[in-house]
Amino acid sequence: MSTLTAGGGPVGRPGPRAAVITRQHSRPGERVTMVAIAAAAGFSVLVTVGIVLALLFPAVEFFRQVSIVEFLTGTRWTPRFAGQESYGVLPLVTGTLWTTFIGLLIAVPFGLGAAVYLSEYAHPRVRKTLKPILEILAGIPSVVYGYFALTFVAPVLLNDLLNLEVGSFSTLAAGLVLGVMIIPTVASLSEDAMSAVPQALRHGSFALGANRMRTTLRVVFPAAVSGIMASIVLALSRAIGETMIVALAAGTQPRMVASPLEAGQTMTGFIAQTATGESTPGTLSYDTLYAVGLALFVLTLVINIISIRLVRRFREAY
Amino acid sequence: MNRRTLSRAALPVAVVLSLGLAACGGSNEAEATGGGTAAGTSGATGAAVTGEVVADGSSTVGPLTEAAAELFRETNSGVNITVQTSGTGGGFEKFCQGQTDMSNASRPIKDEEKAICDGASIAYTELQVATDALTVVTSKDNTFLTCLTTAELKKLWEPAAEGKVSTWNQVNPAFPNEKIELFGPGTDSGTFDYFTAEINGEEGASRTDYNASEDDNVIVQGVSGSKNALGYFGYTYFEENASTLKAVQVDSGKGCVTPSVETAQDGSYAPLARPLFVYVKNAAYTEKPQVKAFVDWYAANDEVATKAAQFVPLNETQVTALKDAVAKLGS
Repeated sequence: MSTLTAGGGPVGRPGPRAAVITRQHSRPGERVTMVAIAAAAGFSVLVTVGIVLALLFPAVEFFRQVSIVEFLTGTRWTPRFAGQESYGVLPLVTGTLWTTFIGLLIAVPFGLGAAVYLSEYAHPRVRKTLKPILEILAGIPSVVYGYFALTFVAPVLLNDLLNLEVGSFSTLAAGLVLGVMIIPTVASLSEDAMSAVPQALRHGSFALGANRMRTTLRVVFPAAVSGIMASIVLALSRAIGETMIVALAAGTQPRMVASPLEAGQTMTGFIAQTATGESTPGTLSYDTLYAVGLALFVLTLVINIISIRLVRRFREAY
Repeated sequence: MNRRTLSRAALPVAVVLSLGLAACGGSNEAEATGGGTAAGTSGATGAAVTGEVVADGSSTVGPLTEAAAELFRETNSGVNITVQTSGTGGGFEKFCQGQTDMSNASRPIKDEEKAICDGASIAYTELQVATDALTVVTSKDNTFLTCLTTAELKKLWEPAAEGKVSTWNQVNPAFPNEKIELFGPGTDSGTFDYFTAEINGEEGASRTDYNASEDDNVIVQGVSGSKNALGYFGYTYFEENASTLKAVQVDSGKGCVTPSVETAQDGSYAPLARPLFVYVKNAAYTEKPQVKAFVDWYAANDEVATKAAQFVPLNETQVTALKDAVAKLGS
C-alpha cells in the first residue's frame, strides 16, 4: 500500500505531521491489529446473521406444514402428542406475557424508585455503597432465582403467608422473582441516565423556586426519559427471554393462562424443555423449536423497534 | 435424566454390597472368562477383560444397568460402561443402527423397531431384568383419594377428558368439587407409553392439558405442592418421596390394591406393574469379551443390582428364564 514510504520516505511532503501519518501506516503491527479488531466486529455480525438464518430455515420448513394462521391464532399447543397435534402458539405466548407483565410490575416501580433516590436524593457516599449492592442482584445466576421461586416464593410466601391458592408452579411466583431479577437493570441504567442530566438544569429549576420533587419529576425525569425508557426496554427483553426461572417455576403445561395463579408454560420454557428431550432432527416436533424461537425473536424485535420509536419521539435533547 | 437421584442413592448401597459380593463376583468372573476360553474364539486373555460397553435406552432402566455396571467394575475396572438415557424409543433407534451393544427398555420392542433391527441384520436377545410398578400419587395432604378404579383413572386421563373433566366430583360424585391438577411424564417417556396403553387402552392416547415433564422431580414437586393434584410415575420413585406423597390404590375389578414389591411381583397390582428389559446385541455378546463378561455378570447378580437400584426384583421363575436366555446367547 505505502509504496511511497517504501521508496525512501515522504517525498515532497514537508511537515512533521505528514511524516508521522505515513510512518503509522507503514508499521505492520498496526495493520495486524486493524485486521484483528475489524474481524472481531465482523465476527459478531456474522454470528448474528448465522443465528437468524439457522432459525429461519427450519422455521420455514415448519410453516410449510403448519399454516401460519393456525400457529398465530390457535389456542391449543400439543406438538408432542402423536395423533392429537395442535400448533397454536397462543398458550405459550400468554404464559410469556403473564410472567413478563408481573415482572415489569415489580421491576419498574422498584427500579425507578431506586434510581430516583440514588440519583437525586442519596448522599454521594450512600450512593457509592448502595449502587454496587443493588447491582449484586444482577449477578445472581438465574437458576438460583428459579430455585428460590420454586422453594420459597411459591410454597412459603404465596401459599402460607399470603394464603393464595397456588400450586408449586405458577406464573405469579415466576413473574415476581423475574421482576426482582430485572430491578437492577432498570435501576442502574435509569440512575445513569438521570445522573447524566446537566447540573445546570437542576440549578435553574431550583432558582425558579421548584423543590426537589418537582425538579426531579418535571426537569430531570423528562430530560432522562430516553435513557429510562431504554432501561425498561432492556429489562422487558430480558424478562421475555429469561428461561431458567420460568422453566423451573412457571410450570410445564401450555395453556391459555387466564389468571396469574395458574401454572403455564412460556415460550422459553417450552424451548428449554423440548430441546433437552429427544426430538429427532427433521421431524415436525423438532421444527416447533425453531418456530417458537423465531416467534420469540420477532416479538422481542418488534417491542424493541416500537420502543426506540417512542424514545425518539419523547426525547428532549440538550 | 430421570431417576438421577435414584442412582445416586444406589451408589453407597452398591459399595456396601460389593464388599459382600467380592467372593461371589470372583467366581462369576472365573465362570465368564472360562466360557470365553472354552469357546476359544474371543480374544479374552485371562481375568483382565478390557474395552467399551455402550448401553442406551430407557431412563427408567438406566439406573439399574448403571448400578450393575458400578458393581461389575469393582472387579473389572478395565471395562468402561457408558449408560445413556435417550428413552426406550431413542435407545432402540441407536441399537438398531448398531451404535450400542445393549438397549435398556421399559417395554418390549415394537414391531416397527423390530423391522428396523431386522433390516440392519442386527440379531438381539430380550432379557427381563426387573419388574417396575407405576404408582398413582397424590399429595400427603389429600384426604379423599385413597383408591381409584381403572375406569376412574381412564375418565381422568383419556383424551376425551381434555378441557372437560376439571373438578374431582366429575370423576366420582363422592369426591369434592375441587379443581383437578394433573402431572405426568412427557411423551418421550416409556412410563407415559405404558400408562396410556394400560389405562386409556391405546398407547400414546392421553389428554394433553396436564403438566408434562420428562423429569420425575418436577412431578414430585407439583403433586406435593397442591392437595388436589394427582400424578403418576415409577413405584421406586414414589418410595424415594414417600414423605411428601401418598400412593393411591388401584382397583382393576378385584378390589383396591396398594402398590408394593409383593403386589408388583405376584401380578396382583394389575395393570400397573410392568417388566423391564435389557436387549443385548447377539454379535456384541459373541464378539466382544467385555460385553459377554458384563451380561453374564448382570444375569448372575441381577437381584443385587435390582436391589441397589431400588427396583422390584424378579421372582424365581423369572430368574430362571433370565439365566436360560443368557446361556442360550453363549451357545
